[in-house]
This record gives sequence, C-alpha cells and structure tokens, in this order.
Amino acid sequence: MRCGDFRVSYASDERIFETRLPPVALAALLALLALVPLVAGTYWLDVLNRIGIAIIGAIGLNILVGFTGQISIGHAAFLSVGAYSTAILEVKAGVPFWLAIPLAAGLTSGFGLLFGVPSLRLKGLYLAIATLAAHFITAYVIIHWERMTNGVLGFNVPPATVFGFPLDSDARIFYLIFALVVPAVFFAKNLFRTKVGRAFIAVRDRDVAAAVIGVSLYRYKLLAFVISSFYAGVAGGLMAHHSRIVFPDAFSLLVAIDYLAMIIIGGMGSILGSIYGAAFMTLLPEVLKLGATSLTGVYPNAFGLIASARDIVFGLAIIFFLMYEPQGLARIWMRFRSFWKLWPYAY
Amino acid sequence: MVTDQAVFLLQLVITGVAVGAVYSLMALGFVLIYKASTVVNFGPSELVLFGAYVAWATILNMKLPLAIALPLTLVVAILLGLVIERGVLRPLIGEPIISVIMVTFGFASVVRGVLNMAWGSDTRPFPALFSSEPFHLGPVPVSPVHLWSFVTVMLLLAAFSLFFKFSLIGTAMRATADNQQVAQSLGVSVKGIFALSWCIATVVSALGGIILGSVRGGVDFSLADYGLKVFPVVILGGLDSVAGVIVGGVLIGVLENLSGGYLDPVFGGGVKEVAPFVVLVLILMLRPYGLFGRRDVERV
Repeated sequence: MRCGDFRVSYASDERIFETRLPPVALAALLALLALVPLVAGTYWLDVLNRIGIAIIGAIGLNILVGFTGQISIGHAAFLSVGAYSTAILEVKAGVPFWLAIPLAAGLTSGFGLLFGVPSLRLKGLYLAIATLAAHFITAYVIIHWERMTNGVLGFNVPPATVFGFPLDSDARIFYLIFALVVPAVFFAKNLFRTKVGRAFIAVRDRDVAAAVIGVSLYRYKLLAFVISSFYAGVAGGLMAHHSRIVFPDAFSLLVAIDYLAMIIIGGMGSILGSIYGAAFMTLLPEVLKLGATSLTGVYPNAFGLIASARDIVFGLAIIFFLMYEPQGLARIWMRFRSFWKLWPYAY
Repeated sequence: MVTDQAVFLLQLVITGVAVGAVYSLMALGFVLIYKASTVVNFGPSELVLFGAYVAWATILNMKLPLAIALPLTLVVAILLGLVIERGVLRPLIGEPIISVIMVTFGFASVVRGVLNMAWGSDTRPFPALFSSEPFHLGPVPVSPVHLWSFVTVMLLLAAFSLFFKFSLIGTAMRATADNQQVAQSLGVSVKGIFALSWCIATVVSALGGIILGSVRGGVDFSLADYGLKVFPVVILGGLDSVAGVIVGGVLIGVLENLSGGYLDPVFGGGVKEVAPFVVLVLILMLRPYGLFGRRDVERV
C-alpha cells in the first residue's frame, strides 16, 4: 500500500492532483457551487460572494508576500485602484463591464509596477514601511481627486450587464464572481509549476543565491508586484460591482491588514491556504453576528460590541497562528489528511 | 515691522515644533524597541490610544487627583508593555520578519478592540493640563499648551538621554543594541532589556497620548493618526538613532505644518496628513538609513 510521497519522475513531482479522487471531488464541488444560488438565501449568497472576492485578492497577496517574500501593507491601495478604475471606466467613459474589469486590472498592474520599484532597493521591514506610506498617498489621492472620484462620498456603480441581462442580484453576480475565481485559482496553481513561479520562490528563499543561479531579481520582483496587483485589480473591480458603490472608507489600512491576516491564517505560500484564509476571515464576523444575536436575550448590548469583538478575535487569531501554526490552516488540513490516509496504521 | 506673512510662517513653525516634539517622544519608544530587538512595532497608534484612554479613565471617570492618576496610567502602560513583550514577542524571537511584523498588527488589533469595547468610539473630553490663554512672543501668538507640551517633552527626552548615557541599565541597553551576543556574555540580561525597552515604549507612547489629548481637549480614535506619524519620523531620523528621533520629530512636525499651511489651498486640503509620508518615500529612495542611522541597511 502507498503510504507516503514517492516521486520518482518530474511529471509526478509537478502534477497538481496526486490521486484520482481530488479532480472528481473538485468537479462535484464546482457543480454543487453552480446550484447554490437556486437554494441559498440572499444573506448566505452575499457571504459567499464576499468570500469569492476575498479569495482572488488573497491569492494575489499570497503570490507577492507568501511566494516571493516581498512584504506589502499596500494591498488595500491595489484594491482601491482596481475598484475605482473599473467604476470610473464604466460610469464616466461608458466602457462595458467585461472590458472595464480587464482594463482596470491592467491599470492596477501598472500601478503595482510603480509600487514595486522601492522593492528593488529595499527589503524586509523597509519595504513594509514604504508600502505603508504608499497606501496613505494613494488614499489621499483618491479622497482629493474629486473630479474623478467624488471624494469621501464615492459614487454608485450600475450593475454589470451581460447581453442586456443585468447582474443586479446576489444570485446573478455570484456566477460572475465564481467564473473569475476558478481561473484565478488555476492560474496561480499553475504559475508555480513554471519557470516564473519557481523564480519567485527562489527570490523568497535566498535572494543572493537566486541571483547567482541567474534569476534576475529586478525582473521577478517587479513581475510579482504586477501579477499580484492584477489579481487585486480584478478583486477590486468585483467589489465595485458587488457593493455597487465605491467610497474611500472601503479601502482603509484595516483592509490591508485583513488581507495579510487571511494569508497568515490560511497559510503563506499556499494557494489552498489563501482560499481557507479568505473563507475564515469572511465567516468570522458572521459567526460573531450569529453569536451576538443569540446573546441579545441575556445581554441586550451584544450587537454593539461586534466590531470590537471582531478586532479582538482577529488579533488573537493572528497571534495564535503565528505562534502555534505558522503555516496556517493549509498545514492543519494537510496533517488531518495524512492522518486519515494512514489510519488506523499510523506507523 | 513684521508682516502678516512672517507671523503666519512663524506660527506654523512654532506649532510644528510643538507637535513635532510629541512625535519625537512617541518615536523614541519605537526606536528603543528596534535598537534593542530589531522588532518594528506596527502598532504605535494603539499604544498612544491606550495611554490617552487610560489617563481619561483615571482622571475623569474615576475622578482621581492628577498626582495619583498619572503614575497609575504609567504603571498600567508598563504592565501592557510587559504583557506584549512576554506574551507575544518573546515566543517569536528568531522567527521571520513577516511574522514579527504581523504579530505587532495582531496585538494592536486586540488593544484597539479592547479599548473600543471598554469605552466606545465617542469623543471623550480631556482635561486641559495647561491653560489655553495665548500669550504673545513678540508679534506671534503662542498658546501655552504648545509651549508646555514642548517643554515637557524636551525635559523627558533630556532625562532619557541622561539615563541612557550614565545609568547602569541605560549602558546595558546601549550594549544590547550594539551587540546582543557580547552584551549577553558580559552578563546583561538581553531578555530583560527587551522587556524594559517595551515598557519604556509604552510609557512614552502613553505620555504622548496624554499630551496630545490635552492639546486637543479630547480623546477619540482619531488620535491613532498621530501615532502613525512615528514612521516618517524614524525613517527621516534613522531607525536606530535616538538623536535622529529628536531632530526627525521636530522636522516632520514643522514640515507637515508648513506644507499644510502653504499647499492646502493648492491641493484642496489634507496635505498635512500626507506630506510626512511623501517625505518618507523620498527618504527611503535617496537615503534609507536616514539622517543619523547606521549605514548597514539591508540592500538588495
């Protein structure tokens, strides 16, 4: 019986699925997901939609931070550029949404390139501080470029339309979001089977050694910023269509920290981890809300405490994972799986 | 005769120096932590908020006299420093830098949540510790709040400088900052120094919060914005330089006031908030070690 990883050829090392069951299970999961809007209420659809958007954003951040090792606290700025350029292209320039989202993502990539320039001179905590500053500068521009962004108030975004069919309900936008989540996940998964992805990992693990074996740090660091911000651009565009309004407060520094928390709790350097982290961070406030609702009988103020309870639980979760499970939920899942794979003969 | 414009300029500079001095105080804690343990604290705002709220609670809520309330606030701040260092940072010694950065975000989030849960987000009136009747320095009106906060901060910074220079513990802190292994082999408790640097950081942040609270006459979560100014200050002054903190703080304070005063009409407001961060990016590009920092900055 097979009990462990035996990889005797490059093909077996590179393959995505190690056994036959996962692709079948995945196809079943996707089919099930396609049926969800028929049965789920708007509340859970809304939660699912937000998870979908968070997955795209978190994968983008994980490519930059988890795989390439460039610490960025500017992810909220990337998201805001994506959301605002999608909204402005559609509202002011009349570009249809299927063109606006890729265009906006392209713009965000260019913006990410600009953001990435400090990474050529700085690393580690200096880069983190530089991206923090870039976040504030972006936020300032968005608030004060009133002709384009309408300042602190923001503006409404019309629903996306496909062949004259408006995506104006949670159920309809659900298909748009997950139609983008699936390729986003597969692109990222495959990226790390290619030369580019391997170069990213080499830059993260030991930049000097990577440079010695011929990986151009200059090129790959900037490329990581470009790919990461493309993901953020798509996620931002979807955020604009999902909430149908863009305003500066939706992209505060706390959002950037939330995304960093997603990849830490989910698992840095793991695509699957980004998905778990996105789901965890989106579901946690909902669970707190449910808890507060059930507590209102005993303690009527419980609902007012959700925001602060969320901060405390998020903070504790970050601290807990960093101390006890630095590789996050992805690692927990792997341990769980290998336990059952060998059960009951664990040795 | 001094023109109106010159008075305007002088006023901006004086306010800038006064606010900048408070930035110096808050940045001192940040630099001490970095020097001792190379940990970058990404939650400076929360430490400032914590001090301000605890001071508010002891002075106005519990109605304690100032002579008891202030020391009590500082003791609570020291306890917070110990809890953070013992509970959160010590287990992560030697972990990758992203872990340490994120864990500071983590405890900052917890502190913010606890403050919010305990006292809510309304603005709390803060007692004016100094009189607010302006007096004239030549033609320029100066508010005593600014003068006294400046004097207080300078006295504190002088006291800390003497402490680092002459006391045994201060010397041990400098030794640890210089070389941890050598310091440890000479009998310095490096872990103790880490804890001490966190305690000093929480104390100076709390003092900064109290001073800012009394200058503004109220405490709320917008005080957090002042805490974030620590980053431009330390990058300008040099991440590991105490002298840089004093110069950098005052420079950033003056610069943000001048840019706010003269550029706001051009860009339509809010320049004051963003100017320090523009300076930060420029300094990182041109001179990442800042004005007085050690030159062995990580470079690629």
